Amino acid sequence: MSELLLETVNLEKRFGAVQASKNLSLRIASGEVHALIGPNGAGKTTVIKQLAGEIRPDSGAIRFDGREITYLPADVRARLGIARSFQITSVFQPLTVEENVSLAVQAHKGHSFRFWRPAAQEPQLVLPARWALERVGLEGRSRVPAAHLSHGERRQLEVGMALAGNPKLLLLDEPMAGMGPGGTVKMTELIMGLKRSLTIVLVEHDMKAVFQLADRITVLVYGEPIATGTPEQIRINPDVRRAYLGDEQA
Amino acid sequence: MNPALSLRKFVLGTGLVVLLLLPILATVAGDPYLITLFSRILIYALAAVSLDLIIGYGGMVSLGHAAFVGIGAYVVGILAFHMQDGSALASWPFELQSSNAVLVVWPAAILISASMAALIGAVSLRTRGMQFIMITLAFAQMLFYLAVSLEVYGGDDGISLWSRNELPLIDLGDDRAFYYICLICLLIFLYLSDRLVFSRFGRVVRGAKVNELRMQSLGFPTYRYKLVCFSIAGAGAGLAGVLMANQSEFVSPSLLHWTHSGELIVMVLLGGMGTLIGPVLGAAAMLLMEEVLSAYTEHWMVFLGPFLIFVVLFAKRGIYGWLSGTGVESE
Repeated sequence: MSELLLETVNLEKRFGAVQASKNLSLRIASGEVHALIGPNGAGKTTVIKQLAGEIRPDSGAIRFDGREITYLPADVRARLGIARSFQITSVFQPLTVEENVSLAVQAHKGHSFRFWRPAAQEPQLVLPARWALERVGLEGRSRVPAAHLSHGERRQLEVGMALAGNPKLLLLDEPMAGMGPGGTVKMTELIMGLKRSLTIVLVEHDMKAVFQLADRITVLVYGEPIATGTPEQIRINPDVRRAYLGDEQA
Repeated sequence: MNPALSLRKFVLGTGLVVLLLLPILATVAGDPYLITLFSRILIYALAAVSLDLIIGYGGMVSLGHAAFVGIGAYVVGILAFHMQDGSALASWPFELQSSNAVLVVWPAAILISASMAALIGAVSLRTRGMQFIMITLAFAQMLFYLAVSLEVYGGDDGISLWSRNELPLIDLGDDRAFYYICLICLLIFLYLSDRLVFSRFGRVVRGAKVNELRMQSLGFPTYRYKLVCFSIAGAGAGLAGVLMANQSEFVSPSLLHWTHSGELIVMVLLGGMGTLIGPVLGAAAMLLMEEVLSAYTEHWMVFLGPFLIFVVLFAKRGIYGWLSGTGVESE
């Protein structure tokens, strides 16, 4: 495997009596698509939040690109190259598709204490935004207010915004959530197209998509990783089968 | 061209022409009091626009905005007091004489209001929602009681000015000249705000109103942008305070009282939150209603209340949204 981009060492996170992350160590190589799966409440989103800097682990460490980032705030991490999409779509509804993405571009173009020029007319912001929209297949919808997009398109926009800053690491929190079969196929193709150009941590319930996309998979149960391996290794792992079948048949 | 846009231009154009010609119209109508009334409207409009920058665009509902109006006014009042007294403003660490010049007093007042806003904002912006409302209210009330306790400067009774500040070539004592100064201040502030709202800075502030967490995950340190926005609003309010003190030639603690902040919020809501022209219309509507209704009854608030409820319920973007046909949320 190529060089290490992201590493977590023994992350622990408790919410009251609930152990959301336990003994969580991940090693994710540059260019890899690494999926986190597990039954509901396994603490997958909690991992994403700790990686993005929205919540802090109680103990443990996170290293990204050769740098300790455990206690850095979310906005600093974003500028270092960690982008994230949200499980519940949170695009800026009143803004157009292009404005949403160019806002994401703006975060990476120096400080925003610029009070005079209309941002909507800055080629520096608009051009990279168009490029990101092409990558997610929304270039034809750039003038539409985000509020008027279909659910699937909003999910695409969500990913487009994450891509806009040209991140090294993309955290995708259930990109297929609430999508029909057609939308899922489209999103799978989209993520497939991003593979290799950046590193992806993927949380997803759609197992077909996960097994198609992931290079390696980590299975979480009650916040603790019980197995990590290639899709083939995970498919035949007896512990995983027990955790999943037990959960689904209950 | 879309009809909502041209209607909007018509409303703006007509409004501007009326405001430019008002002193002439008032003279022709033989009612010079109109000039005073409209000066007041322009000043309140300035304060309301500055408040809308933080409430309407930034989503920071402050119930202490009058504090910055009051600070601006008190800078004028205190300097005037020392001029009248003939005493020095400060004797230590160095002798500092007071001034009556617009070019000294006004920038000083604006700077002090903005700095106070930066201080108060730095603490308040660590909270949000209801806590933010309460903490801004608390700061404003602290300053209110500070003003009341300043016995030297009249305490409860405030300070009476002998004259307005002095500007070379222009006599601010003349109500018409003063009216145009107010109009220029408002127009400049509106123009600057318009640039600001659509700039990179404005986009960050508006984005933080919609979804601050998302802005942070995109890579924006939102706190510092909100703080600068809060200070800019404080500067605008300070200028409004300067004009209020000059207009009435009187400064008192009631300027800082929280009910005064409440009035400014009502103006913003009434006119149309999240627009720049809305607060101007809101200020005009409220002061005109007060003027007309209070001629009939001292309980004019009884009529204002239902009217406000009506506007808030039926016109989503206040009077401006209703006039310009953009009642629905739009960019």
